Parts: sequence; C-alpha cells; structure tokens
Amino acid sequence: MTIQFNDETFRDDYSFYNSERAIKRFPFPFHEDSYMYSVNMEQHRGGPVDSVYEKRFDVDEHYVSEMRDREMVLADDPLRCQSLPHMTLAGWDLLELIMVSKSEDYPDLFELHRDGNNWRWVNKPLGIDDSFVFLDETTLPYGPMEYITRQAQGDFCVLDQRDDNLWMDAGMVTTQADWSLDFDIGMNFFEWHAPVPLAHEKGIFVRALKFLLNIQQGAPARRLNWTMTVNPLLDTSPENYHKWGIQKTTLTPENLGAKQHLRVELQTFFRLPRSNALVFPIRCYLCSFQDLMTVPKWGRRLHRVIRDLPEELATYKGFIDNRPMMLDYLSKFDDGLPTSDGIWPDFETEPALQT
Amino acid sequence: MSGAEKIAVKVTDVVPLNDLVTRFKFERVDGGLLPTFSGGAHTVVEMPEGDITRLNPYSLMSDPMDQSAYTISVRRDDEGRGGSLFMHNKVKVGDEMTISYPVNLFSLDLRAKKHLFLAGGIGITPFLAQIKQLERFNGNWELHYACRTESLGSYVDELTSHHPNETHIYYDDQDDKIDLLNLLDGQPLGTHIYVCGPKGMIDWVRNTAAAEGWPREAIHYEEFLAPQPGKPFEVKLAVSNKVIQVGEQESLLEAMEREGVDAPYLCRGGACGQCETRVIDYTGNFIHRDHWLDDDEHANGEKIMPCVSRFEGKTLVLDR
Amino acid sequence: MSKFQFPQSIKSRPVYGTLEPREGSAHLFIADAHGAEAILDVATTSLMAKAHIIYIPKGEAFEDDLRALNAASFYAGPSYAAAEQRIHKALADAKMGLQVYLAGTEGVMGQAQNAAMQAGIPHTAIQTEHRGSTARRMQCVHCKGITEDVETDPFQCAHCGLHLFVRDHYSRRLAAYQGVRIDAEDHGNVPEPKGIYE
Repeated sequence: MTIQFNDETFRDDYSFYNSERAIKRFPFPFHEDSYMYSVNMEQHRGGPVDSVYEKRFDVDEHYVSEMRDREMVLADDPLRCQSLPHMTLAGWDLLELIMVSKSEDYPDLFELHRDGNNWRWVNKPLGIDDSFVFLDETTLPYGPMEYITRQAQGDFCVLDQRDDNLWMDAGMVTTQADWSLDFDIGMNFFEWHAPVPLAHEKGIFVRALKFLLNIQQGAPARRLNWTMTVNPLLDTSPENYHKWGIQKTTLTPENLGAKQHLRVELQTFFRLPRSNALVFPIRCYLCSFQDLMTVPKWGRRLHRVIRDLPEELATYKGFIDNRPMMLDYLSKFDDGLPTSDGIWPDFETEPALQT
Repeated sequence: MSGAEKIAVKVTDVVPLNDLVTRFKFERVDGGLLPTFSGGAHTVVEMPEGDITRLNPYSLMSDPMDQSAYTISVRRDDEGRGGSLFMHNKVKVGDEMTISYPVNLFSLDLRAKKHLFLAGGIGITPFLAQIKQLERFNGNWELHYACRTESLGSYVDELTSHHPNETHIYYDDQDDKIDLLNLLDGQPLGTHIYVCGPKGMIDWVRNTAAAEGWPREAIHYEEFLAPQPGKPFEVKLAVSNKVIQVGEQESLLEAMEREGVDAPYLCRGGACGQCETRVIDYTGNFIHRDHWLDDDEHANGEKIMPCVSRFEGKTLVLDR
Repeated sequence: MSKFQFPQSIKSRPVYGTLEPREGSAHLFIADAHGAEAILDVATTSLMAKAHIIYIPKGEAFEDDLRALNAASFYAGPSYAAAEQRIHKALADAKMGLQVYLAGTEGVMGQAQNAAMQAGIPHTAIQTEHRGSTARRMQCVHCKGITEDVETDPFQCAHCGLHLFVRDHYSRRLAAYQGVRIDAEDHGNVPEPKGIYE
C-alpha cells in the first residue's frame, strides 16, 4: 500500500499527528495576507500531484483512525447521520460516486466489481469485502448513504434541489465546525447558513446558491473554508459543546503551538445523476500551529490574516478570546517579508524566516 | 461556465413516428457507457451547418438507468430557423454528433405522494423518462396526454399498452379535452402536477390550479422555446469590446459564440436563466421571448436573455 | 390585544403575517389562546362553511365567540397534544386545495405547521399569524429535550438542567429554537436572565 495509515486518536489523549508529507500537502486556505468571505469556487478536476486536490475524494494517512472516530460518534449519537425518506435514491447516487471514484483513483486500496446490479466492494484499509445488490437497501447493513460515508473521510451533506433552492435533507455529519445536522435537517440554503455573520449582507449566499444550483453532472466544483480548533478534536459538535467548549481555556503561551489547530474544510460539490440532488462533501484537515510554522510563507501569512480579521468573524469562528495569545505566538514567525500569491508553500522560492 | 460537459456520440437509429415527429438514438462514439440521469433531464444537441452551429435542447426520453443509449424525439417545425429541420432532413444513422451531459430543469419532486403528469403533443417526452424512473421505484403517478389527432399521438400505443390504468389520452380532433377542474378536485394532499406542452396549456394548468388553492411549489412546468428568426440587428459588447451583427436566422447567443465571446448558457430555451445579460444602453425595442425574466424586467430594459430574445432599434450595448 | 413587532432577525427565524382568506377546497384553522382573535378577524360566512377549527384556549375566553362562527367542524381542547390526533386525521383526509391557517403562539403554530408539512403542504403555503405570548419553544442541543414557554435568556433546560442561551436559529422540523450551554467556556458563569426581547 502506498499510504501508511496512522494509529491515532482525535479525543482523550489526542495522539493525532501529521507526518512531514501531510504537513506539506495541508490545504492552507489563505491565498493572500488577508481574509474575507468570497464565493471562491473553482472546478474540481484534479490538481498538483499528491495535493489534496488531486483525487475526487482524498484519502490520507488519517483515514483508518478517522473512520474509527466516526464509529464512536455514531454509537454515542446515531442522529449524526440522517436521511429524509425521499433522499434514498440520492444515497445510492453517492454510494456509486464514491465507490467508482475511489476504486479508480486508489486501485491498490479499493476495488469495485460490477455485474449488472450485483456489486462487490472491497475496502482493504478497513478490511471490508461486501457483495450487495445496487438499489436494493435490504442487501446492505445500513442505508446506502450511511454505508458508504462510514468509509469516507469528511462530512457529507446531501442536498435536494427544488423551488430554486437547496435543501439539507440528508447527511453524515461527525466532523463539523459546530453545527448540528439533527437541528438543521430540512432547512434550505439560506436557513442553515442563517447564523453566519456578514456574509448575508454581502450577498455571498445569493451568489453561492446561484452557482451551486447550476453545477452539472461531470463538472464538480470546490472551495476551502476554515476555522480554529483547540486540540485535534474532529467532533466539534454543538451537541457536545458543553463538554469540549472548556478546552478552549486550556491554551497557554507554552502549549499553544502544539494545541492550537487550524481547521480547514475542503468543500466539494457534485451533481448526483439519478436523483438530481447535489452532494456537498466537507473534508476536515487539522494542522497544529507549530507544524504550520515549518512553512515560512504560511507563518508570515497566518499572523497577518489572524491579526487583521474582523472581530465578528473571530467571534463567529470561536477564537476571539484566544486571539491575543495566538498573535503573540504567531508574530514570532512574521519577519515582515512579502509573501507570494496563492496557497502553496513555495519552499523553493520563499526565504526562510529572518531572525 | 458555458453549457454542460460534452459527449461525442453517433446516431444509431432514426425512426419516423408520424408526419411530424422522428426519434433519434445516440450511443457513445468510444463505445463506453453514457451517464445515468434523472427523469425530466434534457441534452443540448449541437447542429453544425455551414458557419453556424445551432444548439437545441431536447428532453431525454429513454430509461434513465439505461447507460447504453439515449433517445430523443424531435418535432419538425417548418416555421422555425431550421434546427428541427436539420435533425429531420440531414441527420442519418452513422452520423457523429456532439451532445451535452444531461441537465435537469424539470425534475420530479421525490417527496410527492402522487405525480400527476399533463402532456400536450411533443411535451410527452420528459414524462416517458420520468415514468420509467417512477416505475423502477414503485412511484404513484397518472398521465393525462392531449394530442391533436390519433395519427399524431406519439407513444400513445406504448403508454396505453404498458400502463392502461395510469394513462389517459385526449384527442383534440375528437373534441376530447382534459377536464381539468374535475381532475384537480379530490387529489390527495402531497400531489404534484407536472405540465409540459404549448405555452397556452402551461398557463391554463398553472392558473387553474392556483385558483383552486394549489400551492405554487406543487406545480412544475417546462417549455423550451426555440429561438425565432427576426430582423438582423447590431450589438455592441462592452466587455469584449466588439460590435457584432446578429443575422436573421441566428440568435443573439449564437452570434456571440460565432464571434468567440464566451457567454454562459445551459438550456438555450429561455428557461434556465444562465445567459441573463445586463443591458448597458439601448435605443429601440426588445423582443423578449424568455420565461425567465418577469414582466417588470421585460418592461424596464435592464436585462435580456440572448438565447431566445431579440432587439429592433438603433443601439444596443450589452455587458459581455 | 396589540400585535407584537418582532425585531429583525436571521433568516432561519420564522416571519409571521396576517391571515387572509384564500380560495380553497377546505379550510383548516388551528389556534391557541389569543390566536382566536386572528380567526375572528379573517372569518367570513363562506370560509366557515368549509372550515374546521381546532382551538386550544389556554385559559382565554374566546371559545364561545369561535363556536358562534358556525364552522363546519369545531373542536376546543386542553392542549396541542390532546388535539394532535384530530389534526393528523384532518390532514390525512384532506385533498389538494386545502388551506391551512395557524394563529397564536409560536409553539403551537410551529407544531401544527410541521404536521401540515409532513402531510405534503409546502411551508410557504401555510399562513401564520402570531398573537399573544412571545414565549419560545426551545430545544436543548445537548440533551435534545424540549422546554416549552421559555421567556428568558438564558434559561435552565427543564431536562438536563444546563443553563442555555436562546438562539434565533429555528428548526421547522422540530418546531423549536436552539438552546446552547451559556457557560460552556467558563463553567458556572451564568448571567442574570432577562426577557428574550429586552
């Protein structure tokens, strides 16, 4: 196998770590030294070799451990995965999309054998070898969406399209940036985004919705979003906020580099063929500040972005109280040199930190 | 984003059904599988003729699960600009053509407790695919199909023999009319209406259902307009800094494409809203034909849908 | 009783209107407490001829006035739970063209709206008019328990006992606003409750 899977945890002792390779391919979300909402969509058709953009569904060293964490979340709270009755066909669409994509993109890890509707799915990293009948729910241990998303990193929102809007009518949501599928299921695009500050006023959601409604089969799109998390905790859910919220107060100048994580979402969008629904996978990547600082360009830029971020956004993203401490830490990695455009590390061209 | 992804296909069957309608079958040139689709989807067929390439949308009528071939049915329009005439007169078995990936602007509401289909003439085609989709999943549906005459009743025999209980046929020349009020009365809560046919029929169904207290969201309709020929006119494109001529037999959208201006589109039939273009300045009159913009927008001269609408007058400057 | 003007809010928060008579094959009215006044305002003889009124008085004295409208069917009962089976039956028997009119408190309107949506009516086609108490029906996001008639922010969850702040984020499916632990990042630091709209 080409990928060495980490044995790690995203809770309790937080043994999660990024290898050097994982740090280099981390999807750093800032293409310039400042940040404001935008409809930063682009086509999702591959990208640089070994980047998170290369494959339709990125599989990395955290795969096996993330799936183990998802299983624990679902055992505690099965409502993290729900599908309204009319979304079953979309679930099959998603199952097909993921199985076909992964078996083509990672033939050494996944195999799909199809004989009409009789399918056999082999998932080597998770030790799964299942035969089932496509479009027959009785032949799978879970509904089609739950079955396949227990085997795919990231959250999945499956959106029904009707009345010129998108409706959050199904999803698998266990690695979310503080929102609840159980509460939001059934809402339309504007409603589930209602709590987001500033973006409504800027017309961001009207433009984004127009773009998403017109995503067509064979032409997926993507964008990056980000927030901050203390400790590499995947399940930052509102359901458990009464337990994890207090962790934000455990930061000290000494432990901040290791504990404070930049949390990046690679959001992709695919039109599903049989149901005409849209699937919106939200893949979460975590990286500690101290690992990010090994990339000189990212060190300079992250300091400037966090320093200049409007107060509403720092509050919404939940780190307003910790921002001064974060800036004390980050300022040591900003020597004032200019940075190159774009998100890539640019090791060859960007100078080392000047001290 | 200009249009959906393209697929290279060859024509593998051409079947005249009656005096007006011919069916075409497409398979991939490379022998591979076509994408599955959802009932109600259309494909945009490219029709190159001389230095003009027309792109017309046609509803996919084959089984959405059948990836071996797509079929469409084309009604000949002797008055139009020749897209349908090209299909009828020029396209032969073995020809290679380019079609788009399926795009659905008329999809089923899968929450519906019952699907009530109302078709007029060639408007039957999207329902053929939707019926196949619903049959696969034991959906609850009913079809009311109005045709001019028995001889022009495309697919009537197939429908009545496969689905005798669900299919109801009405022939205009036999003074047989859909009794709409009676049909609407007593439908179970959660019923959705789908209507595809001439504009008059769509308006009749929408207005009648609204007057009977049916919610707007329960009424779905689709009508693709073919661009109509008209007097030639000149347009200034401000962004591309070009002055172009729109010929009698081409649409404004086609003229922009001919001049290499990248203009977005999806349906090319005045329905999807993708090609909406801002008017910067004009002296003259718009001939709006779309049903995307509302009446106010048609009156205020701020926007035009270049796929089907035209202009008569002195100056037209567009934000393209 | 004058109508409360809700402040501007986020897009998931329901917006209430004023009931108006609409064309329809039948008319279902569901109201509680002062919601009766909205029905009395909109009622006409022709509307009442095809109307079914379901009313939860909650101690208000409108029952006789409503009964005097001579609706085709009338019910007054002690609680939404008591009326629920009758509402489901009315919706199950209904045909397309049914008009639904809801009036009164957010809790009752929200639950009745959800029942009508489940039966196949789009939420945008259901009329609502707020009357009476502005108390909210709250869901605790942590224990999922519903606390009815919440008037203060923060409030204590009736089930798990956590102190929750009152969000404007609203779920039609749950017919409830979201309550989130207010002292999650500083245990024990619970501000003094005040009225939600103070």
